[in-house]
Amino acid sequence: MSWSEVHALVGENGAGKTTLCNILAGIYRADAGRVIVDGAERDFRSPAHAIDAGIGMVHQHFRLVEPMTVAENIHLGWPETPGVVSQRALNERAERFMGEMGLHVDPTARIWQLSVGEQQRVEILRVLARGARVLILDEPTAVLTAQEAEELFAVVRELAAGGLSVIFITHKLREVLAVSDRLTVLRHGVREITRPTEGATAGEIARLMTGEERVLHVEHRTVTGDPALEVRGVSALNDRGITALHDLDLTVRSGEIVGIAGVSGNGQTELAEVISALRGLESGSITVDGAEVASLSVRAVTDLGVGHIPEDRIGMGMVASAPVKDNAVLHSYWTPQFSRGLALNRQSVIDFAKRLVAEARVQTRSVFATAGQLSGGNQQRLVARREALVADRLLVAAHPTRGLDVNAAQEVRSTILDKRDSGCAVLLISDDLDEVLLMSDRIAVIYEGRIMGVFDAADADRERIGLLMGGHSITGAVA
Amino acid sequence: MILAIIENAFLSLIGSAIPASAVVMLAATGAMLGERVGVLNLGQEGLIGIGAVYSVIAVLSWGVESPWLAMLIGMIAAAAAGLIFAVCVVAFRASQVLVGLALALGGIGLSNQLGTNRNGTPIQTLFREVNPGGVLDDNDLVSAFLFHDPVVYLAYIGLPVVLWFVLFRTRHGMNMRAVGENPAAADAVGVSVTGWRIFYSVLGAALTGAGGAYMVLSFTPTWSPDIARGRGWVALAVVIFAGWRPGWAVAGALLYGSMISLDTTAQARGWGLPFMGASDLSFFLSMLPYVVTLVAILIPAGAVKLGRRVRSTAAPAALAIPYSREER
Repeated sequence: MSWSEVHALVGENGAGKTTLCNILAGIYRADAGRVIVDGAERDFRSPAHAIDAGIGMVHQHFRLVEPMTVAENIHLGWPETPGVVSQRALNERAERFMGEMGLHVDPTARIWQLSVGEQQRVEILRVLARGARVLILDEPTAVLTAQEAEELFAVVRELAAGGLSVIFITHKLREVLAVSDRLTVLRHGVREITRPTEGATAGEIARLMTGEERVLHVEHRTVTGDPALEVRGVSALNDRGITALHDLDLTVRSGEIVGIAGVSGNGQTELAEVISALRGLESGSITVDGAEVASLSVRAVTDLGVGHIPEDRIGMGMVASAPVKDNAVLHSYWTPQFSRGLALNRQSVIDFAKRLVAEARVQTRSVFATAGQLSGGNQQRLVARREALVADRLLVAAHPTRGLDVNAAQEVRSTILDKRDSGCAVLLISDDLDEVLLMSDRIAVIYEGRIMGVFDAADADRERIGLLMGGHSITGAVA
Repeated sequence: MILAIIENAFLSLIGSAIPASAVVMLAATGAMLGERVGVLNLGQEGLIGIGAVYSVIAVLSWGVESPWLAMLIGMIAAAAAGLIFAVCVVAFRASQVLVGLALALGGIGLSNQLGTNRNGTPIQTLFREVNPGGVLDDNDLVSAFLFHDPVVYLAYIGLPVVLWFVLFRTRHGMNMRAVGENPAAADAVGVSVTGWRIFYSVLGAALTGAGGAYMVLSFTPTWSPDIARGRGWVALAVVIFAGWRPGWAVAGALLYGSMISLDTTAQARGWGLPFMGASDLSFFLSMLPYVVTLVAILIPAGAVKLGRRVRSTAAPAALAIPYSREER
């Protein structure tokens, strides 16, 4: 790659993007091959060597010290930091430096007080402070809001205009097209293509990434018949004690997917939780096949045939420190299939887990490895498949493909569609409107805990839905 | 008359509290040093014993005539024990709690064994009080407060000032705190997490050993079994009480030291408990340091519960968690 260029590195989860960049950043060592910087071959044994050669990396998970200030974090481990320092001197140095770079964060703020976007800026500043001329950003937008991502793109363009080279790792095609000058597609650790971004299309890149053109074709249907899930006049509070759901009505029938469209934070999380009996109601009723959910325990709701793919897969969906086999039966270990009285049938758990792993194509060393060692995509595959098996009557899927690459997302979506076709009711919650439009038979728009309108897939209009998501009430919506 | 009794009791309390607290102060600073880089060493009680017994051996068997040299030998012995601990928990990532408890119990056992033949033999090689001109006599209030041996001044003034300066006013200290808070962040910017953790837990063990040495070279001044008598555990409590801040450790050590002295004074004078009908107050007083610790832990925890973040007195986030670069 050359100077002043933004180079996008794209590929699926596990294609080798991060591994390649970790070699460049001196975290891993290459088994073979050479890294050439400015015409000279370099061998990086540690991050310090890479930094000396002018290569700096911003990791997907930030490496910041939360209780320390922005200024302290920027000066951490930096040989140029004076030996004796005062808070004031650090702040002054940081401010001067921010001025030079045109990137600003309050130097006296502590990291835990900052938004994720600001924290990322601190990471970038820290790398630049060490004189990096090649900046590697590993999936920088994965944790950002849409607006923060836009701001980041502007920063990246500006840095490149100033002579820096930026390697931008992503699997979001839209971002590749928006930000990069050139792009390289990796698949299974092999370079498929390097080309200028100009003239490239999303379809072409996706094909190169996955190696096959797989467009999910979804046939939408109109279902009549008995509702599997009925939500009537439900109000509920969020964790801070503020009303998150206002007198909400919703019906999902067997064999249909109802998609909830909305900007995240408008009550979606709470809706999924009240249906799974994880959160109490202030008023109203929720019934699954006529059974009142609020009066039941979480396990009794599961026994009704309700599966829940939670938003936070590591926190709620699995026990990261437990083996894959135990995670596979987390939602069913008490059933006669796996246990007799107090004893767990170890062999049937292992057999079940192996089958689940094979069916869901979870890539893991063995079912005895801990779930925390799986990559994000594989964790999500495991949880999605497990919950699909639990769900006979209703599957609540919250952001089921968030953070997944094209292929993994397709697989999870196929799993959900299979459930629908087998007669299960599906409530799909996603802040990706494209996904909602693609998957849903009916679409309900949520805004500030209220359903603003419900549309059949056939007459769903992107613009109208977009307006409703933003809280603009319009007439003509079928309630 | 009554006033005189109270004054007398008060003087003897202060007179013993300050040196008694110096032991706690040294051990607490040692423990704090390790904890600041994320290593929790529960073996303080054992390290005090090892530091003490080797100083006794140095004086009684090897004929060491300088208390400083005897203390240094005690420190080296404790540092050696600390090195074994550090290698186990940092290099091999063993549980800090389990290895620490083993060190506490093993250290007590080892020091009692080595000290068997030296029980009660008085030690003549002592630190001397600093009493310029020798003007003031022993029972004076001022001398009870001010005139002690040099180790007391080092422990209460020298150590906390140096440690505070290093931690909060140098690049090195900033990196140290990062190792204790988020080793992955420190590693990413090129700070050797393993090296620093081993170094500071060994240095911390040496300081705790100095505390043990001080006990036999000035405070008791003789060897007796189970010499630490819970001061190692109290030191761990002081670190929590102080919120991992060196200056606050002085206040903590004095508070806890006074409670220990009160206990000793009560035993010596046979004070009874006015309520519960107990004739011996000492069990109640032995309990006191731990009740105070409980309260000291609950206050910041309660404040967090009420929605106020008390970050400055929170434990280093990576305390007692082994670090591995490969983990996600």
